[in-house]
Amino acid sequence: MSTIAALGALESGLVFALVAFGVFLSFRILEFPDLTVDGSFPLGAAVCAIMIVSGVNPWLATLVAFIAGMMAGMITAFLNTKLGILNLLASILTMIALYSINLRIMGKPNVALLGETTVLTPTESWGIPYYVATPLVFSVVILVAYILLLKFLNSRLGLAMRATGANARMARSQGISTDWMIMLGMAVSNGLVALAGSLFAQSQGSADITMGVGVIVIGLASVIGGEAIITPKTMLLALLACIVGSILYRFAIAFALNADFIGLKAQDLNLVTAILVTLAIVAPKFKANLSSRFGKGA
Amino acid sequence: MISLQDIHVTFGAGTPLETCAVRGIDLTINQGEFVTVIGSNGSGKSTLLNTLSGEVIPSSGKVLIGDDDVTNRPTAKRAKLIARVFQDPLAGSCENLTIEENMALAWHRGKSLGFGSALRSKNRQIFAKELERLGLGLENRLKDKMGLLSGGQRQAISLLMSALQPAKILLLDEHTAALDPKTAAFVLDLTCQIIDENKLTALMVTHSMQQALYVGTRTIMLHEGKIIFDVSGDERKGLTIVDLLELFKQNQQGEILSDDSLLLG
Repeated sequence: MSTIAALGALESGLVFALVAFGVFLSFRILEFPDLTVDGSFPLGAAVCAIMIVSGVNPWLATLVAFIAGMMAGMITAFLNTKLGILNLLASILTMIALYSINLRIMGKPNVALLGETTVLTPTESWGIPYYVATPLVFSVVILVAYILLLKFLNSRLGLAMRATGANARMARSQGISTDWMIMLGMAVSNGLVALAGSLFAQSQGSADITMGVGVIVIGLASVIGGEAIITPKTMLLALLACIVGSILYRFAIAFALNADFIGLKAQDLNLVTAILVTLAIVAPKFKANLSSRFGKGA
Repeated sequence: MISLQDIHVTFGAGTPLETCAVRGIDLTINQGEFVTVIGSNGSGKSTLLNTLSGEVIPSSGKVLIGDDDVTNRPTAKRAKLIARVFQDPLAGSCENLTIEENMALAWHRGKSLGFGSALRSKNRQIFAKELERLGLGLENRLKDKMGLLSGGQRQAISLLMSALQPAKILLLDEHTAALDPKTAAFVLDLTCQIIDENKLTALMVTHSMQQALYVGTRTIMLHEGKIIFDVSGDERKGLTIVDLLELFKQNQQGEILSDDSLLLG
């Protein structure tokens, strides 16, 4: 694997760490299987791209993308908590609706950002190649998101959110309004995913209507893969596992596609992803089985 | 003072499965009273308790806690006034959270939530001190996941949690029913201690007639959604299980009690 390919993998891994944070919030903290992300990722990209080509400040465009994602998450939460639609179905409905909405926002299937001012434009004057500068900028974004999320999950509000997912009945008896917690959690989750979408569009130079396909699987792969490597005993470790899982996933993909002797091509990406996710889910069980068989304790 | 006024609860109204779980209950619980509630399956004990906690909203009638009319207030909004221990030891705490995190949730019961840290060293000291009294060594396991503990240990912690914040009433829903006899006795003892120390007003639902008479200051019996008798004070002292059964028969005007064994258990 070349240096550029490796740094490219790192860059994608960092962007998708934000997706992994979002998926961690919905799937792990709230126990809410949320497919909205397949729609909120391109939503973030679409909102950001269309604002940038209209001449809006790229940072402001990125912020608005984040807020748009939050609103998408709140719609899913509303369908679930207030209208009583099954969580998975509620998220599928929002995801489908977002496909049309994203097309409306962009007015066409894709918007090119080549030559536009993005949040990455200032790095051109740093005198380092773009493939080094971009991962650097994204590292800072991830670090900030990591610290803020960690602080949040260990706050009183965050603990209430964790209780909502872990035992809703108990949470209510402790005075926690579980509907609001789901609303807030889904908003933050999809806000992060939309943020990832907007950063991805800016680094790739375009927003595309199809860029959301399979985002949920990549997010899950990162979360589950990360947990297989780092046991998420505390929130600090659980969030760290999201980052590590996301980056490792990208390297695994890059390796699989670059290794000529395996004979895989770019079109095999989704198949490879599905296999990686399956392995990541099965591996911990297999490990537990082995250790119990040899009497080392699970 | 807690008062239930002419409470009716109907489940599945207008469907073929319509059931009247509670048919006109009037009950006033004075400050400091410890009421034990007894009755056979389907008598409305749990529905009565859930009406107080807010998990069941009555079809008609009023629920007053102090001066607050909480009749239509959801569980989370009245949690400030009510502490609760569930029947299922797994229901009262979160197994994926640590002991100290569970206790922190109870510590903040009914308070506004913010971005402030959920656990501070001052809280940890209080939690450790509370856990010490159990004599189970749990004070050294604050960072262990709740799921690692036994049902009895979890129920004991749930009790401690219920007393971390003042409440107008403590609801106990057959909270010893799922435990082995020795652990059940331990948890019941702890219950009485906590109620005594904090001078709590409490309502305990139980399946055991012996337990109903052994603890508390007042006993009520439910049958088919109504209170069929209510004893306290001198009248209650010296009452035996046999007397209780006799009272039940008198009140039922000859109707045969179908599940004596269950009530005696």
